[in-house]
Amino acid sequence: AAGMFLRLLSDVRWRAANPKWRRMTCSRRSTSSTAEPHPVPLPAQAQVVICGGGIMGTSVAYHLSKMGWKDIVLLEQGRLAAGTTRFCAGIVSTARHASIELKMADYSNKLYQRLEEETGVKTGYVKTGSVSLAQTQDRLISLKRIASSLNVMGIPCEIITPKQVAQLHPLINIHDLVGAMHVPEDALVSSANVSLALATAASRNGVQIHERTSVSHVSVQKGRVTGVETDRGQIQCQYFVNCAGQWAYELGHSGEEPVNIPLHACEHFYLLTHPLKEPLASNVPTIVDPDGRIYIRNWQGGILSGGFEKNPKPLFTEGRNQLEIQNLQEDWDHFEPLLSALLRRMPDLEALQIMQLVNCPESFTPDMRCIMGESPTVRGYFVLAGMNSAGISYGGGAGKYLAEWMVNGYPSENVWPLDLKRFGTLQSSRTFLRHRVMEVMPLMCDLKVPRWDFQTGRQLRTSPLYDRLDAQGARWMEKHGFERVKYFVPPGKDLLDLDQSKTFYKPDWFDIVGSEVKCCKEAVCVIDMSSFTKFEISSTGDQALESLQYLFSNDLDVPVGHVVHTGMLNEKGGYENDCSIARLSKRSFFMISPTDQQVHCWAWLKNRLPDDSNLTMEDVTWKYTALNLIGPRAVDVLSELSYAPMTPEHFPSLFCKEMSVGYANGIRVMSITHTGEPGFMLYIPIEYALHVYNEVMNMGQKYGIRNAGYYALRSLRIEKFFAFWGQDLDAFTTPMECGREFQVKLEKGMEFVGQEALLEQKQNGVYKRFTMFILEDHDTDTDLWPWWGEPIFRNGRYVGKTTSSAYSYTLERHVCLGFVQHFDEKTGEELVVTTDFINQGEYEIDIAGQRFQAKAKLYPFSSLFTHRRRKDEVELSGYQRE
Amino acid sequence: FYLTPPQVNSILKANEYSFKVPEFDGKNVSSVLGFDSNQLPANAPIEDRRSAATCLQTRGMLLGVFDGHAGCACAQAVSERLFYYIAVSLLPHETLLEIENAVESGRALLPILQWHKHPNDYFSKEASKLYFNSLRTYWQELIDLNSGETTDVKEALINAFKRLDNDISLEAQVGDPNSFLNYLVLRVAFSGATACVAHVDGVDLHIANTGDSRAMLGVQEEDGSWSAVNLSYDHNAQNEHEVERVKMEHPKSEEKSLVKQDRLLGLLMPFRAFGDVKFKWSIELQKRVVESGPDQLNDNEYTKFIPPNYHTPPYLTAEPEVIHHKLRPQDKFLVLATDGLWETMHRQDVARIVGEYLTGVHHQQPIAVGGYKVTLGQMHGLLTERRARISSVFEDQNAATHLIRHAVGNNEFGAVDHERLSKMLSLPEELARMYRDDITIIVVQFNSHVI
Repeated sequence: AAGMFLRLLSDVRWRAANPKWRRMTCSRRSTSSTAEPHPVPLPAQAQVVICGGGIMGTSVAYHLSKMGWKDIVLLEQGRLAAGTTRFCAGIVSTARHASIELKMADYSNKLYQRLEEETGVKTGYVKTGSVSLAQTQDRLISLKRIASSLNVMGIPCEIITPKQVAQLHPLINIHDLVGAMHVPEDALVSSANVSLALATAASRNGVQIHERTSVSHVSVQKGRVTGVETDRGQIQCQYFVNCAGQWAYELGHSGEEPVNIPLHACEHFYLLTHPLKEPLASNVPTIVDPDGRIYIRNWQGGILSGGFEKNPKPLFTEGRNQLEIQNLQEDWDHFEPLLSALLRRMPDLEALQIMQLVNCPESFTPDMRCIMGESPTVRGYFVLAGMNSAGISYGGGAGKYLAEWMVNGYPSENVWPLDLKRFGTLQSSRTFLRHRVMEVMPLMCDLKVPRWDFQTGRQLRTSPLYDRLDAQGARWMEKHGFERVKYFVPPGKDLLDLDQSKTFYKPDWFDIVGSEVKCCKEAVCVIDMSSFTKFEISSTGDQALESLQYLFSNDLDVPVGHVVHTGMLNEKGGYENDCSIARLSKRSFFMISPTDQQVHCWAWLKNRLPDDSNLTMEDVTWKYTALNLIGPRAVDVLSELSYAPMTPEHFPSLFCKEMSVGYANGIRVMSITHTGEPGFMLYIPIEYALHVYNEVMNMGQKYGIRNAGYYALRSLRIEKFFAFWGQDLDAFTTPMECGREFQVKLEKGMEFVGQEALLEQKQNGVYKRFTMFILEDHDTDTDLWPWWGEPIFRNGRYVGKTTSSAYSYTLERHVCLGFVQHFDEKTGEELVVTTDFINQGEYEIDIAGQRFQAKAKLYPFSSLFTHRRRKDEVELSGYQRE
Repeated sequence: FYLTPPQVNSILKANEYSFKVPEFDGKNVSSVLGFDSNQLPANAPIEDRRSAATCLQTRGMLLGVFDGHAGCACAQAVSERLFYYIAVSLLPHETLLEIENAVESGRALLPILQWHKHPNDYFSKEASKLYFNSLRTYWQELIDLNSGETTDVKEALINAFKRLDNDISLEAQVGDPNSFLNYLVLRVAFSGATACVAHVDGVDLHIANTGDSRAMLGVQEEDGSWSAVNLSYDHNAQNEHEVERVKMEHPKSEEKSLVKQDRLLGLLMPFRAFGDVKFKWSIELQKRVVESGPDQLNDNEYTKFIPPNYHTPPYLTAEPEVIHHKLRPQDKFLVLATDGLWETMHRQDVARIVGEYLTGVHHQQPIAVGGYKVTLGQMHGLLTERRARISSVFEDQNAATHLIRHAVGNNEFGAVDHERLSKMLSLPEELARMYRDDITIIVVQFNSHVI
């Protein structure tokens, strides 16, 4: 039965439509005939070598060749579309949480729809639509949030009642449903044939495809790809694309210069049946029942049903390279819970005959998002893999973005959430990956609630204060492997269990964080912020200053001891990074960036700093513990501990000085808090961390000091309208668009990256504007809380999405931050967004389908800056990392 | 009277203990992954004992089960002392000297053993000084005897067993000025205990056995099934060689009276044991010691009673039979258990139950649809049934507990029957011993990766 199924899915008729093919590659019929034709020799060189002939590799080849790159070789170790691609269930679903994923899926759907016409290869594309079921109210909220996103993107989508579900599918049992989401444009395809169609089109555009050729490793010289070694010889190339699916990790590690691609395979099971007595109509919608952890699609008049069990089976942890995925063992006992869920959903299927249980490994990543982009260590080495079992849905869009990235230097959308550089070597331990993917796979079906934290692979990077803080009730979250405090549970107070605390409404820590915020406002709090990325850049002469002046938008030629907030912009003026830089001396700078910038920022600077042995950059992240002392009494605590006056007259805002705190010397004290509140950041050499912390806590006692966490910090910074990189700011946002022109010195007398784009924006205006919204008719206790990604409506028309939100304990209102665009009412064309446009609208924020009135503001409430020290020196910028 | 499943579990789990050998840098250098142990009493108090310890001055790990009779005193003493005797027997000359010098000069002693004990496994505080002095005499003799040869494990085990039994006997003859201790050493000597001890060092597994406890190796065959390999011989009437040995050691005239009703002299089930001086000492010695002993001893009918046909003592020895086995990758675990287990379960079943428990359920014969016509409903029914069957596996976190659950609760089909389990566990104290014996089990899991 297995063989038959495989043939059905990969039934290849495309060669007839493409006579050229046979000449270019060895025949696929080699399995049926004993004589193996002589394979076409590999070329000696090519511009691009793609490794992997699944949906990803063929999609990249297709898009690169469409964009005009011709000199491309695609290598496949077995045969085209023979790995996960051949086995996968072929469901194209746009119901995605993250907007970038939604865009990829939408593009894929549209691409596959026209692919058959374009290539002549039958793709099996059927527009069946999909119905996602909700067994609980929380699930329905989750679906409604997706529906809101789909609707504003122009993808038809409707929340329907259980009765309507019954009308859409003849077999479905609806008694336990509270509602569902119907996406009528979702589709089914034969995934192998989609891949073959893409390959056909690519080969017509000149891409050379070689099957049965495995890449043993990639050659690298001076940090650049120079070629690949295969079992059939060598190919010189400028670009290498690793689309090796579940073998991508191993391939990445096979070369002398390892490329970390953190993914790990898990077994994935689905069931195939014989046709029903009355075969299902070919357009019956695909059913997704996340609460039952299953999906059910029509297959040849019967059904195909699989799911994501709670206890996944990871495999190939030790790495076992095999040519093609052999048919792994069926495991019925393991499948039992999913089968039960299937029969509960469709009881009439009891009498249906089983054809086969397919075991098809899928690769999963540490954060459930796919991996795309260029290696931070090897230039020209691109990756597209780790699809978390959504390879078909993402295949088209992901291939397109990667092709744009290679051809243009950047993709047409913000793909930071998918960027390989969000990971570093720290996520590449096999033990870590094995444990993490066992958590990730069940999450495919779990409810996605705000502020979810992974439970596995934790306590990897910790501050030296970890145990101390933990003993005081700290609750932790993780960023880039670093444990960070969310808040402190006071003694004697208990919070809900992890599972019970999942909510879209007011969370159980509301009052706890409220009191931490109050303490920041009225007394003093200490927050351990050691996870920040910290670099030191110095030179023997003026090289450091000159290079940084070019790479950063603000003027860094400031007196020694000053701190500058500045963007690290790309050519389009977008934020690649947002950081604070302290000038330690004439020739050395201390740079602080968000936690997850460690890999990206390093690679960005490494690639752009001049190759000069007199200019050095060092990652000193691990050398310093960072304590943020926030609040009006911070100045008292610090001056008592240092015997130095810390008042604004002696220690003005945005100032940095090495001083002693307690017995410890060499503490870098900066008068910034990243919140707009008064206070100081202390960068402490780690061996002094415990000492300084103890001193601060002891001395602070009389001033009412307490520990606080990142949730309090977030509330503070959002009510002050501080944007942070990675959430609000990205490579597609310029300082002009978020009211930070004052951080750009267009006239600093020297050219800098992005200057031209910014000058143009200054002249012509911006097309989106970062705006602050205060929810008006929102009841914090009973209404759904905003999160991020909520659509913003102006005068009833969609104008953009929120990027972050928090409850402001000062305003006693929810604050959302987001971008407002201006679409022409008739043409939909993007127009310039003016201050008047923002100010003269009536706004609503859509939270899971429910709209709340909101007041838009372009500037923060001045009343919140009660502790202003000097009017012109208010720290009007910050960047918080979450 | 009926016990609920949680009540049953709390009884079964009361004495369970697990130890995992710590890993270093993810590289496990020990051939032992860890062990699970447990005991279920039938006697009140239980007469079985168990011990486990890591040798600190030499390599290897020691594990043992001890089945006491005529009280628990001897089993208790052997469980406390035997491993020290073995460890000392294994020590190189220099280490012995170092230890002796430390004692001599009042310095801190090198630790010899790291014990892995359940909180209920106690050590007698009062006797520690006495025990220590006997042990010290032993190592002083070893130092004097220094043969210069490297210690052979088999020989060390035999010497340790014999020496300890000898010390038990001597201590009882000499007595102690402290009346409590005096009574204790006599109780130890007049009661008895069998011992089955494993010494694991890398791929070298030695089993030293005295009596009718048993060591069994669980072997996984290439097809995934489980088989049992015995690593000890029972010393009882069922063992022809053993009967032969006893007869050889005594004059022909006693041949008929030596073994009666499958018992030694018609009285003792195990043919080898620690203590039991009634089967070792001459009649004169026994009488002298009992008469000069404390009143409690004098009033005890058992101690005063001389076995019938008692002509040429000793009839009993503590000398163990030692079997050496080189571990192979297919050797997955070792079960040490007192006869309470082996009376109720065949070793083949023990191998299968522990093997399936340790590897998880997926070695239950997998289902394949193949070419058969199976409907989803039929498959669902089959799977639900299979799940119910394996659910008992998940109740236990300890292989020894799991084995006891089966030993006590198995019905005629080899499945755990809760009702039966409940009945067996709720028997009143005085009846329990009639339906079952004390059961003590240690399951040692091997690390096939380093073998």
